Amino acid sequence: MFEALTERLERAFSRLRGRGKLRERDVDEALREVRLALLEADVSVEVVRDFLARIRERAVGQEVLESLTPAQQVVKIVYEELVRLMGEAREDVRWAKSPPTVVFLVGLQGTGKTTTAAKLAYHFLREGRSPLLVGADVYRPAAREQLETLGAKAGVPVYTRHDVDDAVRIAREGVARAREEGRDVVLVDTAGRLHVDEELMAELERMKAELAPHEILFTLDAMAGQDAVRVAREFHGRLALTGVVVTKLDGDSRGGAVLSVRAVTGAPVKFVAVGEKLEDLEPFYPDRMAQRILGMGDILTLIEKA
Amino acid sequence: AKTRHALVDPLEGLFRRRAAFDDDFFLELEEILIAADVGVKTSAWLVESLRADVRKKGLTTPEEVREALAARILEVFGDDESRFRLTFAPEGPTVILFVGVNGTGKTTTLGKLAYRLKGEGKRVLLAAGDTFRAGAIDQLRLWGERVGADVVAREEGADPAAVLYEAVDRAQREGYDVVLGDTAGRLHAKQHLMNELRKIVRVVGQKLPGAPHEVLLVLDGTTGQNGLRQAEVFLEAARVTGIAVTKLDGTARGGVVVTIQKELDIPVKLVGVGEGREDLLDFSPAAFVAGLFGEGEGRTP
Ligand SMILES: Nc1nc2c(ncn2[C@@H]2O[C@H](COP(=O)(O)OP(=O)(O)OP(=O)(O)O)[C@@H](O)[C@H]2O)c(=O)[nH]1
Ligand SMILES: Nc1nc2c(ncn2[C@@H]2O[C@H](COP(=O)(O)OP(=O)(O)OP(=O)(O)O)[C@@H](O)[C@H]2O)c(=O)[nH]1
Ligand SMILES: [Mg+2]
Ligand SMILES: [Mg+2]
Repeated sequence: MFEALTERLERAFSRLRGRGKLRERDVDEALREVRLALLEADVSVEVVRDFLARIRERAVGQEVLESLTPAQQVVKIVYEELVRLMGEAREDVRWAKSPPTVVFLVGLQGTGKTTTAAKLAYHFLREGRSPLLVGADVYRPAAREQLETLGAKAGVPVYTRHDVDDAVRIAREGVARAREEGRDVVLVDTAGRLHVDEELMAELERMKAELAPHEILFTLDAMAGQDAVRVAREFHGRLALTGVVVTKLDGDSRGGAVLSVRAVTGAPVKFVAVGEKLEDLEPFYPDRMAQRILGMGDILTLIEKA
Repeated sequence: AKTRHALVDPLEGLFRRRAAFDDDFFLELEEILIAADVGVKTSAWLVESLRADVRKKGLTTPEEVREALAARILEVFGDDESRFRLTFAPEGPTVILFVGVNGTGKTTTLGKLAYRLKGEGKRVLLAAGDTFRAGAIDQLRLWGERVGADVVAREEGADPAAVLYEAVDRAQREGYDVVLGDTAGRLHAKQHLMNELRKIVRVVGQKLPGAPHEVLLVLDGTTGQNGLRQAEVFLEAARVTGIAVTKLDGTARGGVVVTIQKELDIPVKLVGVGEGREDLLDFSPAAFVAGLFGEGEGRTP
């Protein structure tokens, strides 16, 4: 259904024969196509607007390189800006100077917090660390059982309580347990919540105030639409997110929400989740994400030719 | 424990800013629709239709234009209210399957529907057809307890089709009115998982001709344009009969539903507005369209 951006741009530019500098008019024509591609990929309307303004600034007046057509030149600039916006360098977990490192997983319902907590624990275990999982979702039916099952599969102990319905208390006890046992990283699974749920957002603020986590990771469903920008802004405003985990990237969504969330929070994507199994966790590569959002497998070859 | 969120109405602002229904007006309107997840293509089509309406009918006031836009979207949904209701078997148990990608709200929606049907005096049996995800069976059992419905379950890793078969069999023998079948979340891009779903549907149909009577695609209301692809593939693999849109208690507007309706014509039947057992609404096109523009009507139970 979606035409590759390059093709579209080539069509938009087909009447342009001469090379030389990119003129304002040509750039605007190209940017219309870029805008559509980004919106189809679920990048938020407001983020697209800012992004295009930046591209326009960069593109107008640029020499069209010998080996590139104007279309390719614009695509190249768009691609580079996308990669830049998503953060070029891979960012590691912020490890505590004196362990345990405390990590919260937060986000909307069903985005993958519990699964990701277990995957991270498994990942850290294989790196030679000694993680503890903490089940602090006291709301969703069987959330604690889910984490216990995943912990058992991962070979990572789980601290939770079925007789307590105070999430902050469970988290506090979990961190204390990790300290007693000399564990170096604690992953706290929290309940899914809406950014507009005042009571539950306040619960996270209390949990943060008490436990001073080193990482607050926001799980973002790769299929998320336009609202992601508002959700992320709200979570970030209240908790100061330190990182993002993009989940369900094993599907065929374009994942434009990643750009939105990155743009409004500035928080780096630290991991991506690509399946339901424990080992389905990968580092984040901004270039791959940029290609995915633009819907272009062909972009690399294009740019390599440049 | 929920704060109902009053959404701002972006159309209000647009009408205030733009006195004339000119190109800039329509451009901004298109962005409002896209921001509600309606999608580029459908938004463009709606805006063009509205442009024609404004010209032909000589619309001049914001009220007229707003109404014309709503009418255009309502037209997509059609005015046959009965399409939006669940269908039940004339006799014998009705089987309703819940399918969809991961984490959309299948199990929760099933639980809420069980609660509603119990309230109507029906005998309801839940089938734990998600034998894959950690804690899924426990979650369904807890819903069963919460709403007072019986549950058929096997161990983790069991064949989901066998669980469904057993549930339908028991419903036939013991005179249950409705079987609500949970299934594991699966991404539509995964062939083998979609084949597993095909098998579930086939086995249920062999056990009870006419079943499943409803296959509900549970669509997360915060989903963007991928929702259309989900609907296409699940429709083909599991002959989806209706959609349940969830999580419309937040600020997402669920506009991809309009595109799904336009392209595939699968009726929306249920709307999820929370995590509690009562947070389930029948779909009303008028309320949905109002919610698309943020009036909030129909978004709250
Ligand atoms: N395909 C796929 N499924 C995933 C991925 N991550 C999580 N899931 C699935 O998504 C669903 C929801 O995951 P959970 O970990 O329960 O999500 P959660 O955020 O903890 O959900 P709540 O606690 O209810 O808010 C489950 O079916 C998971 O198996 C992923 O990367 N790929
Ligand atoms: N706010 C809100 N949350 C919902 C709604 N429906 C479901 N949820 C929540 O979304 C999360 C996922 O719901 P589930 O019912 O487990 O979703 P599922 O589709 O069965 O998930 P998998 O089986 O893992 O694929 C849970 O935390 C639910 O409480 C809704 O309408 N509104
Ligand atoms: Mg969870
Ligand atoms: Mg489920």
